Amino acid sequence: MKAKIVITPKKAVVDPQGKTVRNALAQMGHQGIQAVHVGKYLEIELAGTDREAARKTLDEACHKFLSNPVIEDYKLEIE
Amino acid sequence: MNFAVLQFPASNCDQDAIHALRDVFGHSARYVWHKETSLGDTDAVIVPGGFSYGDYLRCGAIARFSPVMQAVKQFADNGGLVLGICNGFQVLTEAGLLPGALVRNRDLQFHCEHIFLKTVTPDSPFTSKIPAGKSLKIPIAHGEGCYFADAETLARLKANNQILWQYCSVTSDVTEGANPNGSLLNIAGICNQRRNVAGLMPHPERACEPLLASDDGRWIFKSMITALEEKSAAKAA
Repeated sequence: MKAKIVITPKKAVVDPQGKTVRNALAQMGHQGIQAVHVGKYLEIELAGTDREAARKTLDEACHKFLSNPVIEDYKLEIE
Repeated sequence: MNFAVLQFPASNCDQDAIHALRDVFGHSARYVWHKETSLGDTDAVIVPGGFSYGDYLRCGAIARFSPVMQAVKQFADNGGLVLGICNGFQVLTEAGLLPGALVRNRDLQFHCEHIFLKTVTPDSPFTSKIPAGKSLKIPIAHGEGCYFADAETLARLKANNQILWQYCSVTSDVTEGANPNGSLLNIAGICNQRRNVAGLMPHPERACEPLLASDDGRWIFKSMITALEEKSAAKAA
């Protein structure tokens, strides 16, 4: 099984990377870009086929370790 | 006094901490490797600066799960003094021993320079001996030192007098211009509610000798040493 995790900064946290990338895109001539947020993407390969168990384990891992709930949100997808 | 200075893979300010404690202050200080499960006979723990685990995933995110951190948590729960410096501060926030988090510097640049600190309160074992009104000249060297906490946490820090140091000008004015990394409320260092665990991004261990352009850092260690000596005297009485 494969799990895909996207970790993004919380809205309340200032994201200077995102702003810098947005400005660079504007300078390159791309129009209409309102905001950019830079996050992290993880791919985790799992043994077995029990998606429920995998989700439970990974949710805990995401909450305790892979993301920092003080400053980040995460989205977990299991294929 | 016995100081324990932790060592994680890629800690790199551990030797400076040992040097300050042993050679400048004349106390016993030893390295404790991150795999140790016991701190032994320790009066205070220093979590040093560096790039533990390469800052992989997030600064301090992996170090916080090192075996020694269980012993540090126990030590802190029992009232022991713990000081996290730079990466050490990051490790303590990741471990939940201090509130909030440290994120990338607002201007995205690594800042390696001297800054000034205003001591917000003398009411802690880390600040009690700092001369009132004196701005401390201390070096910083970090790319992820921007302190963040949500509004509720910031309100609590203020209400409980947990903000120990703020970035300021040489004349102790807490201004945006004096803030090197965008930290909310210019927060450079805080303590926990119990006031026995503290963290700060600047490096006091690199400011204990005049040769290093400032010895203002010694006031922080003097405060800790005094607190430990008073505790020791109280026990003996």
